[in-house]
Amino acid sequence: MMADKFKRSVFLQNPVFGMALALCPALAITTSLKNATGMGIAVLCVLIATNFSVSLLRRWIPYRVRIPCYLVIIATFVTMADIIMKAHEPHLSTNLGIFVPIMAVNCIIIGRADSFASKNKVGASIIDAAGTGLGFFLALLLCALIRESLGANRLFGVTLIPHVEPMRAMLCACGGFFSIALVLGISSHVKLTRSKKQ
Amino acid sequence: MNIHALLQLVASSMLINNIVFTLLIGFCPLCGAYRRLSGAAWMGVAVTIVMGTTASCCWVINQYVLVPRSAQYLHTLVFILVIVSLVQLLEMVLEKFFPWLYEAIGVYLPVIATNCSVLAICLLSVGANPVTGRPFTFVEALVNGIASGAGFLLALVLISGVRHRLELSNVPAAMRGLPIIFLSAGLISLAFLGFTGLSFAPMFGG
Repeated sequence: MMADKFKRSVFLQNPVFGMALALCPALAITTSLKNATGMGIAVLCVLIATNFSVSLLRRWIPYRVRIPCYLVIIATFVTMADIIMKAHEPHLSTNLGIFVPIMAVNCIIIGRADSFASKNKVGASIIDAAGTGLGFFLALLLCALIRESLGANRLFGVTLIPHVEPMRAMLCACGGFFSIALVLGISSHVKLTRSKKQ
Repeated sequence: MNIHALLQLVASSMLINNIVFTLLIGFCPLCGAYRRLSGAAWMGVAVTIVMGTTASCCWVINQYVLVPRSAQYLHTLVFILVIVSLVQLLEMVLEKFFPWLYEAIGVYLPVIATNCSVLAICLLSVGANPVTGRPFTFVEALVNGIASGAGFLLALVLISGVRHRLELSNVPAAMRGLPIIFLSAGLISLAFLGFTGLSFAPMFGG
């Protein structure tokens, strides 16, 4: 039951490819696998911490002012993540730049807090957060894999094929759009062929 | 403060660093339901107004409240609260004094309050000015907010036009919906790369 739910939030209801949420970080910071890993881990941690605290406080947060309350909780954890990242991974922090603080208004985090953690027990909320965060992480990695291998001819900084000029456009802003379009197109193709078979 | 630096700032934040196509922030409303051109344009106007007010207010709060107490680490938290309350206030003011404008953009205001592009502009306006390299002044922060909002308006109108054309064309089944919109947005973004290096300096002899 729990494992089933977990699998569903990672794959079927994948925040980026299933629901088209939180596209800004997915488009912007996937220029390298290292950036994607950093962002993915940060989102995962903030998501778990937020769902945990919202679920703990769900009886005390008045319904009418719930969104501002969630925003304050999320912004606190995001600020913590930002400071920790600046201290331990200064290079990664400069690469991600404004996208770490912007996480505070990320639709996935607000969405999970409002639609799941505010109605469920602590344990279930943490599992939901872990599943969603992992799904987001995988989506980021997939985009980064496409962009870094095509745009820089590298994976995790290791050159793939020597003496080959990479397609630099994939590292520019437009590459983000192209890679997401590609992955979304493939996933909808898979869905279509599956529904035809049934 | 010279007009030429301000113009350069407008070009920079509207075209060269277009918030949607170059910085890749705030894409969510573009895949939303703003298919009609008029809806997209009014949404863009709302974003421009909100960005102008919030960017200047956040600049003032940063300069006179956070910096003297060396509490800049609270940027994100404070700015979110400022944005949410300012949008609420803006809604009330518009409803009272400009009912015709409220009728057009009122529905978009709550959506904009939690849009990442507004927070991004507020955070950028307490950083360094990309044109001069120095910290933003109040006027520059205000101009930057409005120009970025105008860039957002441009992006919304462009995408809504593309969507209108896409509805009439025969798209492969797997690419229908979001994938083809992303693909077209990527092409527009490729075109926006052409603005890189755009400079007004020669025109004004600066």
